[in-house]
Amino acid sequence: MSEEFKVEIVNPEKSFLVKDDVSEVVVPAFEGEMGILKDHISIISFLKPGIIKILSKSGDENYYVEDGIVEFKNNNLSILTSTIFNLADMDKSKQQDLLKQAEEEANKTDINDQSKYLADQKVEVLKTLN
Amino acid sequence: MASLDDLKKRIASVKSTQKITKAMKMVAAAKLRRAQESAEKGRPYSEKMNNVILNLSNGISDKENAPKLLSGTGQEKTHLCVVMTSDRGLCGGFNSNIIKKAKSYFAEILDEGKELKIITVGSKGNDQLKRVYGDKIIENISFKESKNANYFDADKVGKMVIEKFEAGEFDVCTIFYNQFKNVITQIPQAQQIIPLNNEGEESSSEESYEFEPDEDEILSNLLPKNISTQIFKAMLENSASEQGSRMSAMDNATRNAGEMVDKLTIEYNRSRQAAITKELIEIISGAESL
Repeated sequence: MSEEFKVEIVNPEKSFLVKDDVSEVVVPAFEGEMGILKDHISIISFLKPGIIKILSKSGDENYYVEDGIVEFKNNNLSILTSTIFNLADMDKSKQQDLLKQAEEEANKTDINDQSKYLADQKVEVLKTLN
Repeated sequence: MASLDDLKKRIASVKSTQKITKAMKMVAAAKLRRAQESAEKGRPYSEKMNNVILNLSNGISDKENAPKLLSGTGQEKTHLCVVMTSDRGLCGGFNSNIIKKAKSYFAEILDEGKELKIITVGSKGNDQLKRVYGDKIIENISFKESKNANYFDADKVGKMVIEKFEAGEFDVCTIFYNQFKNVITQIPQAQQIIPLNNEGEESSSEESYEFEPDEDEILSNLLPKNISTQIFKAMLENSASEQGSRMSAMDNATRNAGEMVDKLTIEYNRSRQAAITKELIEIISGAESL
């Protein structure tokens, strides 16, 4: 029996990625990283800024996301996100831009705890990419 | 009858108008394809989002304490209407159709003695509404700089709506836009986004989900995103509708201009011939009298 399932990443503009030979996906869920294998129980969760790792036969891929929702059902994993970048396409300057934006956001004083936490997360993740 | 010179000038001017409308039609056709594509590509996201929310709201245990964005504030006193129109004219009945739909809704609300607040997106809608409902318009947004509908803009509108909701400025929010059906048909829509109207829709799955963290927290995170998503969807539909509407309007205008040129040309030729005949008669009768 194959150990593969289907993953679909959708952003508001288009269907970003569809892959059906995925063996494992690691998503940065809100309460910590979560690895999803085939036949995982149906789950809905949302994401914090981090890296989505997709492991498949045709090669591994890494994506940087800032927010989103994951839904897993019947061996279909849907990830809805508004900001996603393929790490392979992301060059240093883009990374720096994002980092600068995130830092600015984190340094604002008039934001609530949750957005502050999210902004801090962004900064942290982006720094580890360097 | 107009003189020959006048007719000539009119023909020339109608011809150049025809050239413009023809060019606009071509441009609209090209843009329409792109807008239609992005409207279609954007559909999975809003559909999936809807599905997740549907599953969530069915799974929610404590309906009384559900987030207000889902269940409403418990009253329906103040209505907020987001009227989405285009920034540019010359697109047939596109804007007027939305406005007409919105106005009939406004009248209904005011008749019931409820309070009305309006946000206009796009300058054309603002132009048409400010005469009658000027005092009701609380905000006017336009995205003239953005070439295509993008999520970032929609998010801005969404955040503003949520901010106002949380400040208790309104109870019910409805968005108005044109749904794209095909090039000649666009259907003006009124869609209620706060509180979320899920009645009549059945959840696609019976199996229950595991939630992490719990339903309430996910919902309170998801619902604001859903507002932006719905607004984005409306923007995409709107931009496809705008181009479609413009294309058929310009097509009509080009055809009408063609007919007008034909008519004017016939008139021009007739009067030219009449002038020649007149001259001939004058010459002949002048020669006879000698």
